[in-house]
Amino acid sequence: MNETRKTQLLEKLLPPVVALLVAIVVGDFLILTFGQSPAAVYRLLLEGTWGNAYGIGQVLYKATTLTFTGLAVALGIRAGLFNIGGEGQLAAGGFVAALIGLALPAATPAIFGILLCTIGAAAGGGAVGAVPGWLRARFGAHEVITTIMLNFVVLALLGWVVSAKIHVPESLHTPEIRTGAVTRLSDIMPVFHGSAANLTLLVALATAGAVSWYLFKTRRGYELRAVGLQPDAAEYGGVDVAGVRWRALAISGALAGMGGINFVLGYKRYYEEGFATGAGFLGIAVALVGGNSPLGIVIAALLFATLSQGGLAVNALVPKQMVDVLQAVVILAVATAVPAVRHSIRASAKSVARSLVRKTPLDAPTPEVGK
Amino acid sequence: MIALAFLAQTLRIAIPYLFAGAGGVMSERSGLIALTLEGYMLGGAFGAAVGALATGSPVLGAITGMIFGGLLALLYAVSALKFKANQVVTGVAINLLVIGLTRFFLRLLYDSSSNSPRVPGFGHAESGSGFAALAINPLVWLGLLSLVVIGWLLARTAFGLRVRAVGEHPEAAASVGVNVERTRYIAVVLSGMLASLGGVYLALDQHQFTDQMTAGRGFIALAATIFGRWQPKRVAIACLLFAAAETLQIRLQGTQAIPSQFIEMIPYVLTIVALAGLVGKAVQPAALGREESA
Repeated sequence: MNETRKTQLLEKLLPPVVALLVAIVVGDFLILTFGQSPAAVYRLLLEGTWGNAYGIGQVLYKATTLTFTGLAVALGIRAGLFNIGGEGQLAAGGFVAALIGLALPAATPAIFGILLCTIGAAAGGGAVGAVPGWLRARFGAHEVITTIMLNFVVLALLGWVVSAKIHVPESLHTPEIRTGAVTRLSDIMPVFHGSAANLTLLVALATAGAVSWYLFKTRRGYELRAVGLQPDAAEYGGVDVAGVRWRALAISGALAGMGGINFVLGYKRYYEEGFATGAGFLGIAVALVGGNSPLGIVIAALLFATLSQGGLAVNALVPKQMVDVLQAVVILAVATAVPAVRHSIRASAKSVARSLVRKTPLDAPTPEVGK
Repeated sequence: MIALAFLAQTLRIAIPYLFAGAGGVMSERSGLIALTLEGYMLGGAFGAAVGALATGSPVLGAITGMIFGGLLALLYAVSALKFKANQVVTGVAINLLVIGLTRFFLRLLYDSSSNSPRVPGFGHAESGSGFAALAINPLVWLGLLSLVVIGWLLARTAFGLRVRAVGEHPEAAASVGVNVERTRYIAVVLSGMLASLGGVYLALDQHQFTDQMTAGRGFIALAATIFGRWQPKRVAIACLLFAAAETLQIRLQGTQAIPSQFIEMIPYVLTIVALAGLVGKAVQPAALGREESA
């Protein structure tokens, strides 16, 4: 492994490690204020997640949704755009999937049903993502604000449609879909009985692979990253910057929207108000901790899913809300550590380079997001 | 009579927005994105409950709430200014942090996952919800004054000039000797204290803290900040407008005239429209959200 690769790896790995250490310290403090032993709580957290099949199933289920929203945020960031509308896009995707599952005849072959519902989910999320994309490309309206504002608009709209038009009386959900149900893990392996895990997780992994291929092996992906790194240079090089931005936010929305099938097709088999709550914001955390790379995102999604599920496991000893705090601490620590680590590594790399009187290759600049 | 009741209810709803809107203007005019308003408000509400329950005094509760808001803002400022962390990510993280912390300590202090015990507030139970009840609440007067004072501060004082300078052109401000980082620290902490008063008002007015009681009001205040184009007078009008829409929604509940969800959307849709420049372009402070400037 040469020097540059080592530096890059260190830049990716150091912040999450630092963040986990900080989170453990904060966690210890919270546990002690509640008069419990940190060791006992952490043991319970691990036993309740990775210690039994049900726990593993729940972690896999939660990680599946987070992989989709994480990929959505990461693809935006690669284009220099911040999509914080994941929650609305996820909800819209799940809603459209449920509508299609309701509209298709029950006799539709499962594979077609699933395919059509999934395409619908991507289209639903993509449509929600395309609006801020178009506003950015056409009017220069900043996507940070438009995506967050659109969250509220979309959730209110869906709330109205569900409550006024198609809900099951006395509930906040639609009737069950007639076709498109994705196989639960427990149908294949009974040991997972009771957990929500389903084969959508394979779709998530395949999508992560597809995003990786798109970003790093296609011309469009190259253009997208070029716009993220240096929009002026990309424009000078003949890239249609406005078009790339528009497309990036639409694809980002579609990725988040696809996450909706995990709940709608795989778990409950209906759309329910509030199923997307929090998953959009955690997608930002997942993308950040995963270094915006598809493989990193899958790993980070597992980490955050473990924390979410672990909260329920430790609730007997300490309030489950402890993990909400820890998740936020991880985000905050990574966000502050990433620039600090990069800065110090580059500073030391420069001095080493100077002392060796040797030219190191230029580091790949990272996208500057949030401008 | 109905018009007066409508006005009183609008004012009552508008007070938290006015406080948080003042915080939003302060933060964003200095160059830092104010996604954290929601967190400041929730922190302020919790602080008010803790302080008022511990001392029995709503005034000390309000002060505790402001301290909580100021500390959260300091955390944001240190992350964004000292460590150059991305402001959007940090803002989202701080909002999540406050939700988690308030829930955790709600369990720890009051053994409840939903609400605190009854909190002493201003005024008396029998004063009702009309103007009389509003007039004896000092926070109502402070709230009405908040954006007026911020407007004066920004337009007429040396500190205000510095805030505007570091938000528009930090390099130029630095070249004439303004301490950019210090100005931003002060502006952001002030923003946190102002916004937290919005939460304080909610907790004392409802006589308790409830889990996530701010319910997105910080984002409505952010919408008002942008829709009001970062100018205190316009932001105040936006806050009142959004509050009036909400009052209308409450009044129309039960009648089938307009679905309440459509009125809920008004602030967000208006803000998107304003950002797109369809009705006069909203131009943000030039250095807003930039990471490298300090």
